[in-house]
Amino acid sequence: MEQEKDDNLSAMCKPAAGEAGNTGDWRDATPVIDLTKCIASVKNRPACYLCWLYCPEGIVTAGVPIEIDLAYCKGCGICAEECPARAITMVMHEEGKP
Amino acid sequence: MPEKLFKVHKEEHILPGNRACSGCGLTLAYRFLLKALGENTILTLPASCLTVLHGLYPTTSVSIPALNCTFASTAASASGLVAGLAAMNRSDITVVAIAGDGGTFDIGIQALSGAAERGTDFIFVCYDNEGYMNTGTQRSSATPAGALTTTTPVLTKQQGKKDMMKIMEGHDIPYLASTSASFPLDIYEKFVKAKRIKGTRYIQIATPCPPGWAFSPRDTVKIGRLAVETGIVVLYEIEDGKFRFTGRSKTLAEKGTRAPVINFVERQGRFRKMSMEQLGRLQRSVNNKWSEYLRRAAE
Amino acid sequence: MSDVQILTGNQAAAYAVKLCKVQVISAYPITPSTPVTETISQWVERGELKAEYIRVESEHSVMTVCISASTVGARTFTSTSSHGLLYMHEQLHWAAGSRLPIVLACVNRGVGAPWSIFNDQQDSIAQRDTGWIQIYCRDNQEILDSLIQAYRIAEQVYCPVMVCYDGFILSHTMMPVAIPDADKVCRFLPPYKPHTILAPEDPRNINPVIFPWQRRDAEGVLRGGYMDLRWKLQHALEGARDVIVETNRDYAELFGRDCGGMLWTYRTADAEVLLTSMGSLATEATVAVDLLREQGIRAGLVGIRVYRPFPRAEVREAFAKVPAIVVFEKDISYGYEGALCSDIKASLYGTGNQAPIHNFIVGLGGRDVKAGELTEAVRSSLAAIASGEKEKQTWLNCMTE
Repeated sequence: MEQEKDDNLSAMCKPAAGEAGNTGDWRDATPVIDLTKCIASVKNRPACYLCWLYCPEGIVTAGVPIEIDLAYCKGCGICAEECPARAITMVMHEEGKP
Repeated sequence: MPEKLFKVHKEEHILPGNRACSGCGLTLAYRFLLKALGENTILTLPASCLTVLHGLYPTTSVSIPALNCTFASTAASASGLVAGLAAMNRSDITVVAIAGDGGTFDIGIQALSGAAERGTDFIFVCYDNEGYMNTGTQRSSATPAGALTTTTPVLTKQQGKKDMMKIMEGHDIPYLASTSASFPLDIYEKFVKAKRIKGTRYIQIATPCPPGWAFSPRDTVKIGRLAVETGIVVLYEIEDGKFRFTGRSKTLAEKGTRAPVINFVERQGRFRKMSMEQLGRLQRSVNNKWSEYLRRAAE
Repeated sequence: MSDVQILTGNQAAAYAVKLCKVQVISAYPITPSTPVTETISQWVERGELKAEYIRVESEHSVMTVCISASTVGARTFTSTSSHGLLYMHEQLHWAAGSRLPIVLACVNRGVGAPWSIFNDQQDSIAQRDTGWIQIYCRDNQEILDSLIQAYRIAEQVYCPVMVCYDGFILSHTMMPVAIPDADKVCRFLPPYKPHTILAPEDPRNINPVIFPWQRRDAEGVLRGGYMDLRWKLQHALEGARDVIVETNRDYAELFGRDCGGMLWTYRTADAEVLLTSMGSLATEATVAVDLLREQGIRAGLVGIRVYRPFPRAEVREAFAKVPAIVVFEKDISYGYEGALCSDIKASLYGTGNQAPIHNFIVGLGGRDVKAGELTEAVRSSLAAIASGEKEKQTWLNCMTE
């Protein structure tokens, strides 16, 4: 076993992303955004952003256009379900492929 | 709606790549309550789904200071934080205890009652996913009648849901609120308000659980919304004894329209063995609850 | 200088808490410890002691409050007995694993079922595996002195300390106790510097789930797994021995009273039989030693002061050449023998000392133990040893049929 010095007397953690690794690996479907339907892109200004609101992971950037951080997206599909313009589709991965 | 969204504190206190389930209702609720509370907060949490979200040593997924504690002790842990911070002249820091329904309604109830009775200056948050979900979906006193769990696997849970809000109301505390993960802005507003109040504040958040309730993760927000639309979950607050509906529940109260509870029940695998009798009792209990709330709101 | 008052053991404990300027006290009543926190609550409500006093609803919450208050940097205290201590058992483990310098006064009382309110040491002995330092007091003066020393030890090694004293026998009887000067105590006790960081300025998550294996953090530093952190606790407890001895020595220099470090001895120099015990029972045993000596038996006493960390080195030295050992204790590890007896035997393993060791279980549930009974017990042990009985367990003055 490696003998580096751990100065913690008890278990104290520091905040960092990726505690569970790249959780993008979890998903079996990936959100794909149709910018011709997304209200913020259509209006070319900040608008709607329900995907940003309802994403449990907080990995939707509310910009123009919106962006989803696919390294961490778990593929829950809430954004697709809640989008009022049906601009997001959960595309199933091919069997055996990430 | 967009303007309200943009006012909400932009920083994310839950970092991505955390260990919560895909589509977790708790994570969604937690995102917004942490935005409302801000950085001058110390959290304490027991063994629960939230412990897993917070992450395993030596990394944490939450950028607010947090103290883990044993399952039964959450409110006492908060009491000690309040006392210790007072001794250190840091009473400006908001102390927030956050536990699941198990750590609130069941094993945690004694410490919670004690802390509330002492008028401890803290916020106690219960995220209610209606079962012991961290250990794989065993029944709690928050599980509704008719639900299948691993400890009620054949006959379904026989007893109705314990009314924890009523129990907490019995403690003469300045603020109680009921909210839902599907209404993040309602959560945000309630926590902004609660932060400014002194004394014991109790906030219960309905948080749907895809694996525990047996529905697809993409439906988390929809299921939570249906709970409110059918009146099973009510968005309200009680401030110094005064009852007030908020948000969507306020609209439902004014319009007199509530969807039948079957709309909520039929979408979840955990209710597939629910009997007609149990369904009837659920509808009646919702009706009775609303009669009482409507009367109180009119006072 | 110091002020001598006639105090009960419980009052002596309360005075120590006041002198140490404890900041958070969390309390739940249980006989015979209740007067400790009743006394403290009088001082707090009259403004004589500036502290947060939390009247929690159970002992489990008592220790929880101490844990979180100590985590943010407050000096904390509580007192309890028997079932109160048992109720917080889970939290005792948690406090030790958290490496917090909490000090607890355990007023020793028997445990049910059935109910006993009277003294024995089963309650604290049953906590010996939790990772707490345990100190046993001979008299009311030692209660005050050991509690003050406990804060210095705890805050230096970052381990919680339990100071134990016998219920009713010490807690409720009155003895002269010298109360040291408050400023001197301040000088003896530096301020508590927590190792825990729980502050908005540097957000951490404290005591989460930990894997069995080591794991790198986000900065690439390799951090311990569960077992590595637990080794640190063991290592700290082993190292606490030196701190305990040094603290006692410094205290003796400053205040003129020596509690004995890890253990103390009485007339052991030429002993043909050594008695050993803890707490007020050990004090009683010194009278038995004198009686035996009058009867021509060269008896001596080894009084164990610190039970955890167990004084292995000191025990080996004290019992090195003695031909017979008699252990008196107010506890039993059911299904085996008295815990102190087992620990004495284990300490002597490998030293070559093959002396017979006899175990007397005495005074459970407050049954009275007289010096004369201890004397007779030693005489009967010596007779049994002479006829070849190397090991023996006797429940003194008890219906054993």
